[in-house]
Amino acid sequence: MNELAVVTRHTGPRIPPSVTAPVPLPIIRFVNPDGTLTEAGRSQEIDTDLARALYRHMTRSRALDREALALQRQGQLALWLMSWGQEAAQVGSIAALRESDMVFPSYREHAAALYRDITPAQLFAQWRGIAHSGWDSQKHHFHIYSLVLGTQALHATGYAAGVKMDRSDEVVTAYFGDGASSQGDVNEALNWAAAGTLPVLFFVQNNQWAISTPPAVQMRTTLTQRAAGFGLPSWHVDGNDALAVHAVTREAAAWVRSGNGPALIEAETYRMAGHSSSDDPTRYRNPDEFSQWEARDPLLRLEALLKATGTSRSFFDELDEEAQAFASSSREACLRLADPDLADLFESVYAEPHPVTSREREQFIAFRADLETEH
Amino acid sequence: MEADPRVMLMGEDIGRLGGVFRVTDGLRDQFGAERVVDTPLAESGIVGTAIGLALRGYRPVCEIQFDGFVYPAFDQIVSQLAKMRARSAGRIALPIVIRIPVGGGIGAVEHHSESNEAYFAHTAGLRVVSCSNPADAYQMIQQAIASDDPVIFYEPKRRYWDKGEVDIDGLTGPVEPLDKARVLRSGTDCTIVAHGPTVATALAAAHAAGEDGFSVGVIDLRSISPLDLDTITLAAEQTGRLVVVHEASTFLGIGAEIAAAVTERAFYALKAPVLRVGAYNLPYPPARTENEFLPDVDRVLETIDQALKF
Ligand SMILES: Cc1ncc(C[n+]2csc(CCOP(=O)(O)OP(=O)(O)O)c2C)c(N)n1
Repeated sequence: MNELAVVTRHTGPRIPPSVTAPVPLPIIRFVNPDGTLTEAGRSQEIDTDLARALYRHMTRSRALDREALALQRQGQLALWLMSWGQEAAQVGSIAALRESDMVFPSYREHAAALYRDITPAQLFAQWRGIAHSGWDSQKHHFHIYSLVLGTQALHATGYAAGVKMDRSDEVVTAYFGDGASSQGDVNEALNWAAAGTLPVLFFVQNNQWAISTPPAVQMRTTLTQRAAGFGLPSWHVDGNDALAVHAVTREAAAWVRSGNGPALIEAETYRMAGHSSSDDPTRYRNPDEFSQWEARDPLLRLEALLKATGTSRSFFDELDEEAQAFASSSREACLRLADPDLADLFESVYAEPHPVTSREREQFIAFRADLETEH
Repeated sequence: MEADPRVMLMGEDIGRLGGVFRVTDGLRDQFGAERVVDTPLAESGIVGTAIGLALRGYRPVCEIQFDGFVYPAFDQIVSQLAKMRARSAGRIALPIVIRIPVGGGIGAVEHHSESNEAYFAHTAGLRVVSCSNPADAYQMIQQAIASDDPVIFYEPKRRYWDKGEVDIDGLTGPVEPLDKARVLRSGTDCTIVAHGPTVATALAAAHAAGEDGFSVGVIDLRSISPLDLDTITLAAEQTGRLVVVHEASTFLGIGAEIAAAVTERAFYALKAPVLRVGAYNLPYPPARTENEFLPDVDRVLETIDQALKF
């Protein structure tokens, strides 16, 4: 026992904490699940042309997603990560950005990728196991997928530092999930971007699951509350409401574009399918939960709104046909994808010749030739 | 876990789901969510908090979901976990096991097929082991948990579907120590040294060579750090030819260490240089090329040929 230890006896009033977690405002929603407008929705001028355009992209993306899962089940893709249910969050957000705004996706952003004119075949290349990525990221202003969770948040932050130094008004967007938000990289990125007043828009799709792990296991606050701690303004939006997502993203992007620093959007959505084509979600989630979210389907909601506001039947019929044709052409494109030659892959490891890799390439080619003559 | 209430499991999706490979299936029901912890999605957090738990007297067994996702925990493993004992002059023990499903051959996307044992074996303070079959998986995980040193425990993911006899009651006699290699097959012309996923490849190659009239032995390393150099050197002396096979690329891989050590110990017994078969010096390629990328029976046989012709 330390004889000099101070004995404390507290008699004064209790000392409340200086700051507790901020209380989030209610979630932003324009369109109810049944297609009617909320009060916020009524106060906005709903642009039906925009609604139709978003709906079209979402429908095509869902058709592709279904086709891809079928291709996986038939052995044509090795794996597929379904975007089913997240179409509004992805299409609504990317449609509110400029085409020249760089995007750093995670790995499930197929709807966003399609919006940036990445083709199904370019998407499939990775999941068929013929390439690690299928598109030119500079051309589409859409970086290749990042499978190591959260890493792209820092890449977006660094890219944004470059944008700022170049005195450009581009907005750099990083997509990531609720699960990835637990990674150090994501939290470093939030802090770094805020400290440097960098033009990054962090877009979280909270789809309620990280494989089998729900957000309650990952975190105690919403991501919007967390953003506040880092000094970012944030918007908490119904991620299944494409119009609300679009409006909020336009707002946040304008804020970031004006040089105010980063912002964050948390879109509440739902991963309708399993984590991937290999996952069995019945092991960890309740079927009731699925039915609840099925009723909040982002496509049904827009469809109901459009029908109620006078979009004709023929629009839907034509779109159905278009989506079917899109799905079947993507199937054909998948089947046409050629296998890579391992010998070629040695060429893209280093910019300058590397003796070990070059020698091993020769050894590989010689070995393969030997095998062919033997057999 | 039955024997020691301080043993606990932690990792991503290991509880309710039982892990993506179902290795921990049923354990949460049996031992509770406090001892079988679904962690937040953060590998540095998994290993870092395991260190804290170990400081508090627990024996955490961490699961890293896939080989390519261990790197966010690299600092916690190589600077914290590996060094704590030495930094505290031996006063602090960190009995932590880090299980890593490892290697390719399952048609996976990028970052899901890596062989990174050399990084960890290069770090003093870590033991690194690699099991090749169900019986060893069962014995070795228990030995790893019992060890007061941190252990990186590799599980070859393409062997998860293999079936084999497992001696649950300990009836087949004494268990080999965790750091001993095992001679699976003895030969007189050449010895193949392998670990984890490539042990089956080595056995198949030895069998094929046998049909061509060559007597080829196989050693299953089991432990990568430390290496059981006595067993390896003895085989080198007996056959004069050694071929090391692993899935990691050969440049600065475990094979390089074995070649150097055997050359130092048995130079005059060697009839050929120690040869290595491994992956090529590339990032793990897309799945449709992995069969050509990974060492297979043909490549092992060709290398044995080279050794025999030397
Ligand atoms: C660093 C890292 N650790 C683990 C994984 C394995 N993993 C892949 S996806 C996933 C869950 C991700 O959840 P979330 O970020 O919410 O995105 P979602 O898959 O729901 O879109 C996990 C654990 C990984 N890809 N990267």
